[in-house]
Formats: sequence, structure tokens, C-alpha cells
Amino acid sequence: MNRFLLPLGIFIVLVAFLAIGLNRDPREVPSPLVGKPAPAFELPQLHKTEAKFAPKDMQGKVWLLNVWASWCVSCRQEHPILVELAKSGLVPINGLNYKDQRADALKWLQQYGDPYTLSIVDAEGRVGIDYGVYGVPETYVIDKAGVIRYKQIGPVTQGALEKTILPLVKELQK
Amino acid sequence: MKRLVFVLFCLAAFNPACAREAAPLAQDEAVEKRMVVISEELRCLVCQNESLAASRADLAQDLRREIREQIGQGKSDKEILDFMVGRYGDFVRYRPPLKGTTFLLWFGPFLLLVIGVAVLVIYLRRRSKRVVEASLSAEEQLKVDALLRLDEGDGRP
Repeated sequence: MNRFLLPLGIFIVLVAFLAIGLNRDPREVPSPLVGKPAPAFELPQLHKTEAKFAPKDMQGKVWLLNVWASWCVSCRQEHPILVELAKSGLVPINGLNYKDQRADALKWLQQYGDPYTLSIVDAEGRVGIDYGVYGVPETYVIDKAGVIRYKQIGPVTQGALEKTILPLVKELQK
Repeated sequence: MKRLVFVLFCLAAFNPACAREAAPLAQDEAVEKRMVVISEELRCLVCQNESLAASRADLAQDLRREIREQIGQGKSDKEILDFMVGRYGDFVRYRPPLKGTTFLLWFGPFLLLVIGVAVLVIYLRRRSKRVVEASLSAEEQLKVDALLRLDEGDGRP
């Protein structure tokens, strides 16, 4: 009996490691920007091209920065959730239109609804690099002081919204 | 006459004055070389098993452009690597720095090797203890001798 204990123990440890390791999503790379001030930028808006937007305009508010594009397939998946969230008025969402064509972007918003307080145009993806964007969609929760508190990689799901993002937003809004 | 025209045509086609070296991919070869060296150290986060140098993903192209520009601004390799790590984390480097969180990553395999060798040594020692040298009794020895002799008598090996 005793001689089976050690192999069994090793086996259990191996299974535990594999169970944790294989259930992780390799696409989710933890962002080093969480806990740091949101990188500053100034970009033109999508609807009013002459108007600009900078993150400091949102100082004193908790807000979401959602990176999206009309060519992004999984953006469509999260879009209804964002539209619902915008209707609820719990938190303002600003869109970062990432490496997109203006006409396509406007058409896309017309077709699927526009949940964004405003959208900003990052045609060359430079602000995207500053924010460590590597897969659209991505969503950042930014607090009143302009610090990134959370980054959702990939589409916002109902589960992620209810379990993580909204509780965090409520906490930060206090 | 036809043949002559043909020969002239061939000569014209291979006119060395028309042959040119392939246009360089980038304006500055030195910058390009440095960019490749740096980007080979970096992982493309879109296709994670490819380096930034090898990847054809859109983001990789943007990041290579970024590296080129930063080289142009006179930044050192370390500054450029820090720029990438600051945005994408240690995972972006193929050789992550040695620190608390990456300790197991660097030394885990050696740790497993040491454990494996230790287990092997302990196992072999225990087994050799268990083997007891058995000696033959006088009667058994006689039997063995008889069998051996029988073999030789047959002429078989």
C-alpha cells in the first residue's frame, strides 16, 4: 500500500498543475498597465472630426474605454451587451475605434447601435500600442483619478460584466 | 536576319545596365538589422509562438514600425525592450527577466531533473539492498556440475 502513495501523490500534483494550466486562456496576458495611470493621448473624435478627446477630459469620473473596430468579428458578440450597459446609464463608455475606416465605423455603429458617449479615432493604432492592445476588443476600467483598474481582454461577456466589471465600477464610483 | 534580331533581343533582355539589385526593403539597412535583432527577442502577442520579427500579423507590423521609429530617435535596445515590456508585460519577451515570479519558469526544469535523479538513486539503492547473494548447497552444486557436464558431452555450446 505504502509504495503506491508516492506515485499517487505525484500523479495528483501533476493533475492539479494540468487542470489549472490547461484551463487558462493563453490569449489572456496580464497587462502591466493595471494600477498605472492611463496613458495620455489626444485624438480626434469619430463623429465630430474637428473635436478632440483626451483621457483627462474624464477626470473625476469612472469610465470604460472599449477598443473596437468594424472589422473585428468578436466586437459584434459583445456589442449588444455594451448597448444594454449604455442604456442602463451606470457608467459612460468611450470607444477607441482601432485601425478602422471612418465610413465603415460609422456604418457599423448605425447598424448595430452606438453605445459610446463618444468614439475616438486611432487610425494608425499608436494609442493602441500605448495601451498594450493586442487583440480587439479590449475594455479598460479607468477610475476617477485616471488610473487603469481593470482590463478585459476579448469580448465583454454578461458574466464578466456582472461579476467583475460592474462591481468594480460601483466600488470605484463611491 | 531573323536570327540576328532574336540574338539582339536576347542581349537586350540581359543588358546589365537594365539589371538592378532588388530594392532594399527599408530605407536604412543598419536600422533594419537592429530592428530584426530586437524583434527576434520579442513575442508577437497575436500569434504567440511567433517572434515579432517573423510574424505577419498587423500588430507585429505596427510594432516593428514602432521599433524602427524608436531606433531613429536614437533609443538604446534596452529602452526599446523596456517600452514593450511596459505595455505588454514580461510575456512579450522570449527571455523573461529573472525575478520572483519567473523563478519557477527558469529553474523549474532543473528542479524536476534533480528530483528525478534523487528518486532514481534512492530507488536503485533500495533495490540493491534487497538482492541477497544466495549460495548453493552441496547437493545443488553437484546437480549443476552434472548438468554442465551433460552439455559439454553433447558438444553443444
